[in-house]
Amino acid sequence: MNEIVEGLLKAGQLILSLDADLIEISLRSLRVTLTAVLISSIIGLPLGCWLAVRRFRFRRFVIATLNALMGLPPVVVGLIVYILLSRSGPFGVFGLLFTPTAMIIAQVIILTPLIASISHQAIRDLWAEYHDLLISLNTTRRQRIATLLWDGRRALLTAALAGFGRGIGEVGAIMIVGGNIDHATRVLTTAISLETGKGNFALALALGFVLIGLAVAVNLIIHSLSRTERSGRW
Amino acid sequence: MVDAAILPLTVTKAVVRRRGKVLVGPISAELETDGLTIVMGPNGAGKTTLLRLLHGMERVSKGQLTWQVPEPMARAAQAFVFQTPILMRRSTLDNVAYPLLVHGVAQTDARARSADWLERVGLADSGSKPAHVLSGGERQKMALARALIREPQIVFLDEPCANLDGRATREFEDLLAETRAEGTRIVMATHDIGQARRLAEDVWFIHHGLIHEAAPAEAFFATPKSPEARAFIQGDIVE
Ligand SMILES: Nc1ncnc2c1ncn2[C@@H]1O[C@H](COP(=O)(O)OP(=O)(O)OP(=O)(O)O)[C@@H](O)[C@H]1O
Ligand SMILES: [Mg+2]
Repeated sequence: MNEIVEGLLKAGQLILSLDADLIEISLRSLRVTLTAVLISSIIGLPLGCWLAVRRFRFRRFVIATLNALMGLPPVVVGLIVYILLSRSGPFGVFGLLFTPTAMIIAQVIILTPLIASISHQAIRDLWAEYHDLLISLNTTRRQRIATLLWDGRRALLTAALAGFGRGIGEVGAIMIVGGNIDHATRVLTTAISLETGKGNFALALALGFVLIGLAVAVNLIIHSLSRTERSGRW
Repeated sequence: MVDAAILPLTVTKAVVRRRGKVLVGPISAELETDGLTIVMGPNGAGKTTLLRLLHGMERVSKGQLTWQVPEPMARAAQAFVFQTPILMRRSTLDNVAYPLLVHGVAQTDARARSADWLERVGLADSGSKPAHVLSGGERQKMALARALIREPQIVFLDEPCANLDGRATREFEDLLAETRAEGTRIVMATHDIGQARRLAEDVWFIHHGLIHEAAPAEAFFATPKSPEARAFIQGDIVE
């Protein structure tokens, strides 16, 4: 109990003093995860929508695979990316291991199935509602997808935010491929892990509170931005 | 939108099948250029399926539909009002404007025409509301405006008044009468006999997926030929 209070106080202290290390790793956390979410959304959102609208032979199989991939253990993803990027691996020449780029790659692999799967579900429901109207109006597939993406934009935003939530708190994969190197690849989650291991519970907790605060802040900012839209009631 | 007349429509022995079961047909019928046809029949008779068949939304497994112009062109001059109105997650104004927007009409033009239509159906004040806050009667009026905004030559309506009270039904029927007076062909399903009597110029009585009787309204209501139709008009339960 004491440690939690101490952690809170320490968190307040670190933030108020604009601790340089804290700011550095917080910004790195944000940069890695936001980049990964952006890339995953660019792949995952249209993929999810396309799977909802398009009927083809292996559709069920693709969807089942996607849902299974959603549960990929991050440590295993980290391990595979590590092997691929390590010096002797197929992509070793790029020297990406233990860089933020490697962390982004691992997170994209973890987040894309999640974002695609959530957006697929949302768009599938919307498509069921709109189906008859869009068919009756003789729309092309392209027009349908555009309509569904636009009218489903709030649900898609939620999918992206779910990806952000998973990414910002993820530690297994980025620990392996990033290596938690000070001033290079250390982020909030790996720092927490490190400080806990060293027995610095107050500092670890303080970082934890910063992490939670960051996640909440990003969600609030994005929601309030999207609410300023005129038709923002969905 | 489409200048060439798409009607009359000739239906020749058309059948709709699902999973090997015949839902509707074989149907042979003619839709003339002018008129208001009421499709009547008990629940499950096949009214919805028949209207969807005519509108080209059901795959015809046998037989054919022949419009006066090629099928894609004919589709552009038709509209459909569904049994439960489909509400897009947009404002009422944008719901009604959607058929224009999706087919490339510029936003300002589409919205202006949508506003005109909302005024005509008595929803002038509701344009900025999200569609899902509209009442049942308002939703159907919105759906009608959305159906008519592309100025179709024919509009199909599937029991649009099934969930409306007396006043809302009368308002909706007035709008239909106006639409009819402007020369739009109307085909509407209902199992409300009072409504059929008020509106019908001719009646198709459908039962177990077949048109049992197709007759001018007066003749149909005065002397229904089939026993099922007679029972249905008298308000008996038809099975
Ligand atoms: N997708 C479908 N698959 C299988 N059977 C169907 C399907 N759609 C409709 N049917 C069946 O076809 C028959 C006709 O249905 P339809 O909806 O056309 O009747 P309806 O006259 O419109 O009924 P209601 O008055 O209840 O609206 C029913 O027996 C129904 O169960
Ligand atoms: Mg029906």
